Amino acid sequence: MTKKERRQIPRQLMTERHPKQRNKYFDEVTLGYSLKEAQLEAARCIQCKDPQCIVGCPVSIDIPGFLEMIIDHKLEDAIGKVWESTALPAVCGRVCPQEIQCEAVCVVGKKAGREPVGIGNLEMFIADWARSNGVKNKVEIAPKTGRKVAVVGSGPAGVTVAGDLAIKGHDVTVFEAFHKAGGVLLYGIPEFRLSKDIVDYEIEGLRELGVKIECNSVIGRTYDIDELLDEYGYDAVFIGVGAGLPNFLNIPGEDLTGVFSANEYLTRANLMKAFDFPHYDTPIIPGKKVAILGAGNVAMDAARTALRLGAKSVKIIYRRSREEMPSRHIEIHHAEEEGVEFELLTSPLEFIGSSEGRLAGISCERMELGEPDEGGRRRPVPIKDSQFFIDCDLAIIAIGTKANPLLTNVTEGLELNEWGNIKADPKTGKTTKDRVWAGGDITLGQATVILAMGMGRDAANSIDEYLKSLGKKGKNEKN
Amino acid sequence: MGTFKNHDTIILNEIEAPQIAKKALPGQFVILKANEMGERIPLTMADVDKKKGTITIIYMIVGKSTRLFSTLEVGEGFQDVVGPLGSPTHIEKRGTIVCVGGGTGTAVLHPITRGNFEAGNNVITILGARSRDYLILEEKMAAVSHEMKICTDDGSKGIHGFVTDALKEILDTQKVDEVIAIGPVPMMKFVSKLTKEYGVPTQVSLNPIMIDGTGMCGGCRVTIGGKTKFACVDGPEFDGHQVDYDNLINRLTAYRHEEERSEECMFEDENI
Repeated sequence: MTKKERRQIPRQLMTERHPKQRNKYFDEVTLGYSLKEAQLEAARCIQCKDPQCIVGCPVSIDIPGFLEMIIDHKLEDAIGKVWESTALPAVCGRVCPQEIQCEAVCVVGKKAGREPVGIGNLEMFIADWARSNGVKNKVEIAPKTGRKVAVVGSGPAGVTVAGDLAIKGHDVTVFEAFHKAGGVLLYGIPEFRLSKDIVDYEIEGLRELGVKIECNSVIGRTYDIDELLDEYGYDAVFIGVGAGLPNFLNIPGEDLTGVFSANEYLTRANLMKAFDFPHYDTPIIPGKKVAILGAGNVAMDAARTALRLGAKSVKIIYRRSREEMPSRHIEIHHAEEEGVEFELLTSPLEFIGSSEGRLAGISCERMELGEPDEGGRRRPVPIKDSQFFIDCDLAIIAIGTKANPLLTNVTEGLELNEWGNIKADPKTGKTTKDRVWAGGDITLGQATVILAMGMGRDAANSIDEYLKSLGKKGKNEKN
Repeated sequence: MGTFKNHDTIILNEIEAPQIAKKALPGQFVILKANEMGERIPLTMADVDKKKGTITIIYMIVGKSTRLFSTLEVGEGFQDVVGPLGSPTHIEKRGTIVCVGGGTGTAVLHPITRGNFEAGNNVITILGARSRDYLILEEKMAAVSHEMKICTDDGSKGIHGFVTDALKEILDTQKVDEVIAIGPVPMMKFVSKLTKEYGVPTQVSLNPIMIDGTGMCGGCRVTIGGKTKFACVDGPEFDGHQVDYDNLINRLTAYRHEEERSEECMFEDENI
């Protein structure tokens, strides 16, 4: 195919379930590419000399490389190429904000009226192809070094560190507080965006690399960091516990029955599968009229979950306007298609209870946008005498999360910033505590899956360097 | 794991969990999940045997999950046990301490009472229950108390009346430095009300609904002195005089209908 012919292929859209049908079930919304669609889409890549997409990817996947292999129908080679850089391609293809990463810098999308190559869709395609054809990661594992690494948390950061260090020949154990590994991929991101079977499959792939996963282990309670280092013989520890502590609004009535943090609502629905109650034992209050406070990705996830649990109406309440909404555009679009309504420039003042102490509604006020704040976003200012009432029986607070102090409170020598995040070197993930690294949301605050993975990659390299400096484990060393 | 049944509806499980046993302190709890489809349930540890590497939980069958737990035979296991969770009880020598246990709350009270006894406090224990059949751990509690009173609602053993009656008598006749009350929420509420009149510091152990037990969801949030606290990390023990009990009672009933439905479905399954 000539360059000109390549340029004339339109971006291939992925088939999606119809919004009015899919909003009743938890099945995945997008159905993925067929081989033919994938090959067409991959052919849109012009194979630049200096591919910026690789730079835009936090884990530097050789994108033109694996795309070319898809065109040539060398699918096993293509997935092998992707696995060189990430153990979680099916996850990343689905949840990465490609529009601000690899696809943002794609040359094809620079021309007016042209869209960038669907890199995320293609990554999803090749990972799904490998899974459905039982193709295993045959990445070469270095000879055993005898060095032990403890990874705290099995979210995107921890999983990346674990995979990278296992490949480098180290003996890696991941400690997870929940009964299943995956972190936010499991409890936070809903089934209809990322099937839990996929997360399980990719975590299983990690085990095949030799990584041990110990669930039900709360570091800071079940084990301490110092215990792992000094008593259990781990040479290094990586902390990737995320930012799991939910923010509340601190307005009256927040303790009413029917007011939830998005973390609780999504954990019940996703991890505990409350959408399948009473088949599964964990209950959830479905809600008829649901209000979501906040407008990030988590808010969209909560809103779309509520719809699927049978809500008649779901409203996103946000104090700024549409342009400032922090969610990915595709998520806003999906939510809107499915029937989520937006109550913009609106701020909650108080949760109002019924006589039985259940939520009956929210007293709100209208806002207008004033001067830009430090972050450059226009600050919302209340409009005088604009109070009004939103009738609802369920409210979900999705205004972000912060660092959970459970581990940091009991670990000596770990320096924190003013928000309680662990201070770590941005290049290496090294903390102020000897033999301890950290990365992902516990250092950044709430960020993205792929940023956590990128930091994991850097930390893994730094840990590997440190372990190599120790030399091969001597016989006289304590195990 | 071992199981024995000392009452029809009150069950004791001794669970092999060496790492939890190694770290557990009085007042801490575990979260258990029976099987793949199960929910996560918090239970405060009644005992720990560091040598054997076991922890003991005692609970009453009140719904599907506890019923499911109770069907586990010796040698079977819970699918998931996680802990120790929560902040341990602050134990020190204070003087005279009255430990008040209601129903299965006595199980939670036991390690705390022992801790206080071993710290050199003068320990007076009051145990209350619906009737003599619901009294548990009498001998174990007596072994770590200098004095013990028993109250039953129906008078089938000990004092015919509530624990607050027995407590009032003690407060009227001697100096008490602290009261620790663990049991049903109304019992803790009335004990706190009484001790407030006497100005005696009071600790209670709260039992709100929990999911993760590690502070990531706020499902267990309680109002303490007008401030929101997460019982799983800030508690489960709090100053009894600061707790908003009515709010706690309200939040505990949030899933009443779902809980009934879940148990009904369990019986339907058994009939198939």
